[in-house]
Amino acid sequence: MLLADARALCPDLVAVPADPAGDLAALEKLALWAQRWGPWSAMDPPDGLLVDVTGAAHLFGGEERLLADVMRAFAKAGLAVRPALAPTAGAAWALSHYGPQRAILAPGDDPLRLLGDLPVAALRLDDDVLTALRRLGIKRLGELAGVSGTGDDPAAEAAARDALRRRFRNHRSPAANPLLRLDQLLGRVPEPLLPVVDCPMPMVQRRLMEPLRHRDLLDRVMADLSQDMVRTLEARGEGARRLELALWRVDGEVLVRRIELAAATREADHITRLFVARLDDVEAGFGIEMVQLRASWSEPLGLAQADLDAAAETHGTALAACIDRLSVRLGPQAVTRPVARASHIPERAQGWQPPLDPVPPAQGQLAFHARPLKLLDRAEPIAVLYASPDGVPQGFRWRGEVREVARVEGPERIAPEWWRERSTARLRDYYRIEDEAGRRYWIYRQGILGDGRGGVPDWFLHGLYA
Amino acid sequence: MPFTPSKPSPARLLPRPAPEARWRPGLATQPFHSEIFAPAAEASGAGLALALARDALTSSDPSSGEGEDTRQVLWVQDRGAIRQGGRPCLAGLPPDLRHRVIHVAAATPEDALFALEEGLRCRDLACVIGEIAGNPKALSFTASRRLSLMAERHGVRLWLVRLNAAPDLSSARMRWSVRAAPSPPPRWNPAAPGTASWHAELFRARTHAPGQWSLSDDAGTLRFARDPDTERPGESAAAPDPVSVARPTVGRSLAARARA
Repeated sequence: MLLADARALCPDLVAVPADPAGDLAALEKLALWAQRWGPWSAMDPPDGLLVDVTGAAHLFGGEERLLADVMRAFAKAGLAVRPALAPTAGAAWALSHYGPQRAILAPGDDPLRLLGDLPVAALRLDDDVLTALRRLGIKRLGELAGVSGTGDDPAAEAAARDALRRRFRNHRSPAANPLLRLDQLLGRVPEPLLPVVDCPMPMVQRRLMEPLRHRDLLDRVMADLSQDMVRTLEARGEGARRLELALWRVDGEVLVRRIELAAATREADHITRLFVARLDDVEAGFGIEMVQLRASWSEPLGLAQADLDAAAETHGTALAACIDRLSVRLGPQAVTRPVARASHIPERAQGWQPPLDPVPPAQGQLAFHARPLKLLDRAEPIAVLYASPDGVPQGFRWRGEVREVARVEGPERIAPEWWRERSTARLRDYYRIEDEAGRRYWIYRQGILGDGRGGVPDWFLHGLYA
Repeated sequence: MPFTPSKPSPARLLPRPAPEARWRPGLATQPFHSEIFAPAAEASGAGLALALARDALTSSDPSSGEGEDTRQVLWVQDRGAIRQGGRPCLAGLPPDLRHRVIHVAAATPEDALFALEEGLRCRDLACVIGEIAGNPKALSFTASRRLSLMAERHGVRLWLVRLNAAPDLSSARMRWSVRAAPSPPPRWNPAAPGTASWHAELFRARTHAPGQWSLSDDAGTLRFARDPDTERPGESAAAPDPVSVARPTVGRSLAARARA
């Protein structure tokens, strides 16, 4: 009927524009409020609420008294309500919409006995499906259950279900498939519901023992409140976009200051500075007795890394921390300290140990031993030109380059360590040499001719002088 | 984030007299990041780096006069540098550095750069010496700039020895090219090799004019080398022995008494 027709019939008609969004918001608030009867509630738009009261009825003295409490509470709010209680959401919906007042379906009852007489519209079906069912001659839930074969004979039941499923095989959504709805009502298939979850806005407040009348005290309270607010926001992982400061005066007046922020913020100093600029025109009157700060709009803001490295950036790291960082990345073998070992053999006279371990005591070095600055890991063989096999080298070839020896000092004979090595180990004659370009090397001849431990001795380059 | 003024780098805080146009050993203001290009077949790069480091530590640190410096020296080498030039030899190090060298053997140039940067960040280090062979891709201009900034921020000096490397882009404040030079003959055995001498060329520097010098390590002090060819034989005939065995003949020595 159009509004004009209705007004023609009844001129006193009061027309109120529909507000579906407002209704939905009110229903949402109502769903949150209805969580007083159970821990979990869901909306059933446009005008229903589902509350899970599993295990909660005894708190109200039983299921009948719970429903009476629901009736009383809604009547106090000025709302008419038809409550019903059933093991499944579908059964409760059917009972509340089409069943008797304050119907209760106990878990032990046969649902079809109580629900069998309800019309098929109690299944929350779409209109065209209801039309199809009416044309099929199915008007009651019991009839649908009979067709679908919820009877005694399993074979007949399977055949009837199969027929009904084939009839509605293209209807996937529960609201278009009566078989699915019936199974949901009987609790054979699960029915997921979307709960309404309350998220309270972050709020901090200070009740003051003495009313504030001076500005500097108010600033102090403001700074405290911002720090509390920052802590609250940090616990939720959020940052404030809009903040409201409410000041209750002694005479009951409430002053509200509101700021909006360009980006989600969680910085106490920033918030304080912004509010302090807005507090200049506050009339304290006889004093302010309560200050409240709310973040009415907040957005997720990830926790930022605290300046863990800032101290290291500004003051540098300690030696132990530096060694730790190095050895974690490069491995403990890579970070070492050279220490002297008791040996004459050059490569054995030096060991490597962890850098911060105490250095073992060692004998002093002989001052006339001029050792090279760098020692090769493995002495490299060189081809040497010499006047006599156990004489001073004249030139040598190393790494593909021939070098003329300009100056030489030696030999410094280092005998093998007989207590450690086999008897065939040969002695070494070390020479410090300098070639014509000034490059200084430490070379040795392994063995001497005729020592009975091998043939013509080989020459090696072992170290580089600075 | 609140705005925090960054700490001024020690490079700006240190007293800075007017820079001398000509480099010489013992200058009070020493750069925080230097590069030394050296051939890998000789230890002249590491030798000059050590000599410059000791020169900088003694001449630019005001606290070096009182008490012995016990801070550690970090010596970082990558695998190529170890293979071509070997590891530092304890007995061959200068005596005052022998007990405070920490050696880092990095497998790759990236790890070596990480170790250098961590070392520059450490406040307990006297200086950092690095040896990297060749021109690895990781050691780009950006990487050298990171090293420069880190060194100047924390006041730890870095000498980076580049073995067998071409002088590519770098932000090092002083860039040297060094090779070994014939050493002055020792006093007691002119046929023996003498003290360490190098031919060093400063080819890029921020505060000094480029130049070439013959430098020598005279018992731990970096000096200009006297040219052995042009030197007149009369005055101080030769450089002293590298291992100062010769004690001046004073006191009850018969030689001193006979000469007197």
